[in-house]
Amino acid sequence: MRPFGYLTPPDPAAAIAAVTGRPGATFLAGGTNLVDLMKLGVATPDLLVDVTGLLPGRIEPVPGGGLRIGAGVRNSDLAADPRVRAGFPVLAQAVLAGASAQLRNMATVGGNLLQRTRCLYFQDVTKPCNKRVPGSGCPARAGDHRNLAILGGSPHCVATHPSDMAVALAALDAVVHVEGAAGPRALPLGELYRLPGDRPDRETTLERGDLITAVELPAPGLAARSAYRKVRDRASYAFGVASVAAALDVDGGVIRDARIALGAVAPLPWRARAAERVLAGRPATAEWFGRAADAELAEAAPLPDNAFKVTLVRNVVVRMLCELAGTELAGAAS
Amino acid sequence: MARVTTADDTSSELSLRVNGTAHRLRLDHRTTLLDALREHLGLTGTKKGCDHGQCGACTVLVDTGLADTGLAGGPASGRRVNSCLLLAVMAQGTGITTIEGLAAPDGELHPLQAAFVERDALQCGYCTPGQICSAAAMLGEAAAGWPSAASASLSPQAGPVTLDAAEIRERMSGNLCRCGAYVNILAAITDVAREAP
Repeated sequence: MRPFGYLTPPDPAAAIAAVTGRPGATFLAGGTNLVDLMKLGVATPDLLVDVTGLLPGRIEPVPGGGLRIGAGVRNSDLAADPRVRAGFPVLAQAVLAGASAQLRNMATVGGNLLQRTRCLYFQDVTKPCNKRVPGSGCPARAGDHRNLAILGGSPHCVATHPSDMAVALAALDAVVHVEGAAGPRALPLGELYRLPGDRPDRETTLERGDLITAVELPAPGLAARSAYRKVRDRASYAFGVASVAAALDVDGGVIRDARIALGAVAPLPWRARAAERVLAGRPATAEWFGRAADAELAEAAPLPDNAFKVTLVRNVVVRMLCELAGTELAGAAS
Repeated sequence: MARVTTADDTSSELSLRVNGTAHRLRLDHRTTLLDALREHLGLTGTKKGCDHGQCGACTVLVDTGLADTGLAGGPASGRRVNSCLLLAVMAQGTGITTIEGLAAPDGELHPLQAAFVERDALQCGYCTPGQICSAAAMLGEAAAGWPSAASASLSPQAGPVTLDAAEIRERMSGNLCRCGAYVNILAAITDVAREAP
């Protein structure tokens, strides 16, 4: 590991200035991903700016019924919070589906959003990777891609975003609060991430020195009937193969509104807007849930070893929506 | 806070409070808490398995001394963390409990230590300190009403968690045992969970 300096600035402005002014500097929060990447030689900062003492570590109500979650809140505290569990069950479930209890005690909300892909080639500095070394190539398309993207990938990169929490936040229309050299701003979670295109090294719309300070959830409403389902290769403590976060508003058997996001299948938490459009105003039946999943997956571009994810995602979406609607699974077959 | 100093220093003078004793050390920033415990303080009970946060052998407990970092509150028994991913310089100011600090001062074993002996909950023993530290914190999390992915209800009104086998397996999934002593580990933890007030 490369030697590095370590700073605990007195306030966010000083932290932002420290990172803005030094190309090799980076923010340090829980460290569960960054420290690991430093051990692997993937991340090589020469200065860590520890923001754990600066970021709000509290969850506070906002007018209208939403919640403002400080970026320094640990994942374990987020999942245990009574307001989150009651009003946004999909978020508590998603957090509890990720990592281990030890890691959730360390990892922060801000850091969770900005964690890097677990693509094997990205994490192995002896291999080419367009995300790690732009232009070096991508061995995944012809190599190990079983767990990589079927949606949103490009010829240059098919890495997946590994977060469970972010999938729930995508379904909940969360807003990310950022402070930077130019002052504070807020952006929808959907505008935080970039698709890889021909620049997979640029993963977010954040500029150097931008610091996520909080994530805001709008008033529960729809979210009160929400859930997260994750499929993985072992029963616990594994990254997802596919996951779905969903919220459903059904009235008299008719879908008034639906929110669906997919995890572990795309370079970012994937909001399934095509599926949502199909569902609005339709009967809450397994048949329509299947049609919605098919609409979203119409643009899937799987590789040979992850084509199974297309069927898997369809099944997981249909089952999740049936559970939320209290509908029988029968009739879901395409 | 007597932390660091200038952006160009690659080591820091820092204080670590381990099992109630304060230690003053100068450490390269690259030193993890795990390496500080083992290589600098001679506390080799905490084990290095994968060194990447995937196996749990390095699990230690940190107290609420991390108050200013958002780790305040929660289970009274301390918070379990992977010491291989926590830089020692980040642990400055917090109280750390390792397997060496779990037994009573008179040498009486912690109930989990006694249960692991009684139930023969190990084979090679390498994962055992991490399993026991992790279980100690896990019991506190359950008592505090923290849900898990195995919990039937997320309702905040659910109260303290009943630790059945499914709950214990899920909550302990961050600790791997390559010998596969899980059956007896589960039995040992179940024994202590049943005795807990």
